Amino acid sequence: MVIEFVLNGERIKADVNPEKRLLHFLREDIGLKGTKEGCGEGECGACSVLLNGKLVHSCLVPLIMVDGRDVLTIEGFRKTERFRVLKEAFSEEGAVQCGFCTPGMLLAAEALLRENPEPDEEDIKEAISGNLCRCTGYLSVVRAIKRASIKGRGLW
Amino acid sequence: MDISKPVERVDLLEKCQGNALFVDDLEIPGLLHAVTLRSRIPRGRIKRIEVPEIPERYWIVDYRDVPGKNSVKMLSEDMPFFAEDKVNYIGEPILLVVGEDKEKAKRILKDIYVEYEEIEPVFTIEEALNGNAPPIYGDNNRFVEYEFSRGDVDDAFRKAYRIVEGEYRTGLQEHIYLEPQGMIGIYSEGKVKVIGSMQCPYYVKNALVHGLGWPEDRIQVVQATTGGGFGGKEDFPSLIAGHVAFASIKIGRPVKLILERNEDILSTTKRHPSIVRHRTALDRDGNILGMDVEIILDAGAYITLSPVVLQRAIFAGTGVYKTPNLRVKGIAVATNHVPSGAFRGFGSPQAFFGVELHGTNLSDEMGISPFEYKKSMSVRRGDLTPTSGKFRSDVKIDEIMSRLDKLSGFTEKYRKYRDEKWKGIGVSLFFHGCGFTGDGEVRLDSRVKLAKRKDGKVEILVSTVEMGQGAQTALRKIVSHALNIPIEQVIYRNPDTDRVPDSGPTVASRTVMIVGGLLHRACEKLKDHMGEMEYVVEERFRMPEYVRWDQKKLHGDSYPEYSWGGVVVEVEVDPVTFEVKTSGMWGVYDVGIPIDERIIIGQLEGGMVQALGWAYLEKMDLKKGFLIPGTITDYTIPTAKDVPEIVVELVRTPYEYGPFGAKCAGELPFVGVAPAFASAVQQATGIRIDKIPITPEYLLEKMNGD
Repeated sequence: MVIEFVLNGERIKADVNPEKRLLHFLREDIGLKGTKEGCGEGECGACSVLLNGKLVHSCLVPLIMVDGRDVLTIEGFRKTERFRVLKEAFSEEGAVQCGFCTPGMLLAAEALLRENPEPDEEDIKEAISGNLCRCTGYLSVVRAIKRASIKGRGLW
Repeated sequence: MDISKPVERVDLLEKCQGNALFVDDLEIPGLLHAVTLRSRIPRGRIKRIEVPEIPERYWIVDYRDVPGKNSVKMLSEDMPFFAEDKVNYIGEPILLVVGEDKEKAKRILKDIYVEYEEIEPVFTIEEALNGNAPPIYGDNNRFVEYEFSRGDVDDAFRKAYRIVEGEYRTGLQEHIYLEPQGMIGIYSEGKVKVIGSMQCPYYVKNALVHGLGWPEDRIQVVQATTGGGFGGKEDFPSLIAGHVAFASIKIGRPVKLILERNEDILSTTKRHPSIVRHRTALDRDGNILGMDVEIILDAGAYITLSPVVLQRAIFAGTGVYKTPNLRVKGIAVATNHVPSGAFRGFGSPQAFFGVELHGTNLSDEMGISPFEYKKSMSVRRGDLTPTSGKFRSDVKIDEIMSRLDKLSGFTEKYRKYRDEKWKGIGVSLFFHGCGFTGDGEVRLDSRVKLAKRKDGKVEILVSTVEMGQGAQTALRKIVSHALNIPIEQVIYRNPDTDRVPDSGPTVASRTVMIVGGLLHRACEKLKDHMGEMEYVVEERFRMPEYVRWDQKKLHGDSYPEYSWGGVVVEVEVDPVTFEVKTSGMWGVYDVGIPIDERIIIGQLEGGMVQALGWAYLEKMDLKKGFLIPGTITDYTIPTAKDVPEIVVELVRTPYEYGPFGAKCAGELPFVGVAPAFASAVQQATGIRIDKIPITPEYLLEKMNGD
């Protein structure tokens, strides 16, 4: 079937198997490798993208659900000022280690800050609870998102 | 300039942008995909394999396609690349199906039928030792056995005023590095190149030399960006590197093998389950007269790294306690599950879980606060190590403990919770030996190169990998500081065995102290040649002269240096559901001079949370040979919501032989959490904890008197 959607601000039209997962479409058909596959079961969050502004696990999203909607991946997000602020904060708090969860974690932060530009620690923990990280123990990630929310006040 | 002052990680931007190329992100023309047929029984003989007709451009690869020896060379050679006539665990690889479409290859896999003749399996340490089933290994299922002693321990027990015994058990733990294991093999013009996620490029290369029977110059191993390792990518990558190499050689096209998550959980190494038994002889005042320790590790189906894991465990057998007499025994047994392997701490967490929970029990017997008891019974500078070497550097137990008390409020809370049920606080004291165990560093004979290039930059040439721990940044920092050049002038690419010497594996918390130490010395040599167009220096490992070690007797300095730590954990237990909530964790660590304080804090916090998972969340059992739970949906690791407030602080004792005074850090934070957690639960519930993970079900069973 032919689907149409907006990917990182650009209109995409493709003839696809509607059951194919968005993750695999992004990685294999479009060649966007920033979205990672950590489990394929919607548990780890490494494949997180924003679908109409909401955080989703792209490994669980069939392409039929993407038709007519808006998808933001790390490749689109990294061009924004919000990304720059978050990246700085992740650097300053040491929230990046192996980097496999990082694109998904940044998009989880973006989804949270869109909804709630001044989150407290509990809000942040809740917002990233679907994104596993085995390296940092999350504390630095929570501090980083908090820091970004302060430094980037007005951006969200 | 202060070397500890944090700098931006050199890999930060590409990782944030999603530009870092992990093995599954690499685009290689003509790439084929491999999927693996695995044993579905825990133990048996393969009688027959029925393969359906294979469509064109699909291939089967099995043991007959191994050009050299069908064994993954590690410490031993008992583990095959592909099972031939027998299988020893569920998940053991038998053959690959390789082709252009991965889904189609999977469908072909489903139609392959294996007929087995089952053999009575061995699942537990008890079953391995009771001899009821035919042995998996040798005639008694013991892969390896060690013992060392000091003084006259039997006499100590004869003279004891009080004897305290305890048995402490730990379970399986899965690494759950976020990036699953994966490899690509590329065969071209008589040479094979393997690219993948790994900690130890030369382990992979050596295993390929053995499996291919080829000269070294026809084998190249390149590390791709590696998404976490924690020991899980120490020896296992050699197995699948063999698979993709054999497949690409047979087919003549590049072959990629990426494990799916549940396949990774099913078939990759785990932390060794353990039984630690303690008997301690005390005098009237609670002083330790003698310690008798036995540590048994469940090593799984093949030897892999277990002898060294067991050594690290027993060399920590008596923990931080000062004792004139001791006897420590260790056994690693064979069982029919996936091989146990390296996992952050490498046997030491099991040993310290036993000895530190036992330490809490000793203090309880004496009616003394565990904080005071542990502090007063601990070794100090100049005292003997468990293997009767010497703690030469300062042992800042007093500073660690006093800062820990201030941070956590232990003394006051401990007193308060004696009258307040369901709340508790626990403490542990521990060390971690830096670098390879025993004569390991001498055997490794590590080499590093440092090259001044035409463009004025200096390139680090080592086989050490970045896997998230910060090696790329830390080693660059050492060189930039030693040569007094900006960090941007220092190049350090992912290792490629065609370009870098063997500086040993990226394990054992050895990267900064050993490899960084060699680089630091190389800088001293290079300094005088920085004016030249191009210049290369090489440096080779030398054990510091003070180290005395007898590998046969297991006597002397089992490590050149030690890092230290103290941890306090506070918990609250729900009286109805028995769920344990961690209210806070505090850690004070002496890792020498940190090369980058922010990276070290990241290691400490991350290690403590992994250890917290091991202590109460991450339950994995063996049911009829199946790992239960065997999926990421059911195997629970900590999420952001499980993490309490954690405060870590550093004590800085410079190590003379470490680069800028650095010691080791990566594994240390894993070591102390579980016994402090268990001690806290003991105080909260009044239950004698004898096992982790401490799940609500476990506490309920204990409450009901087993």
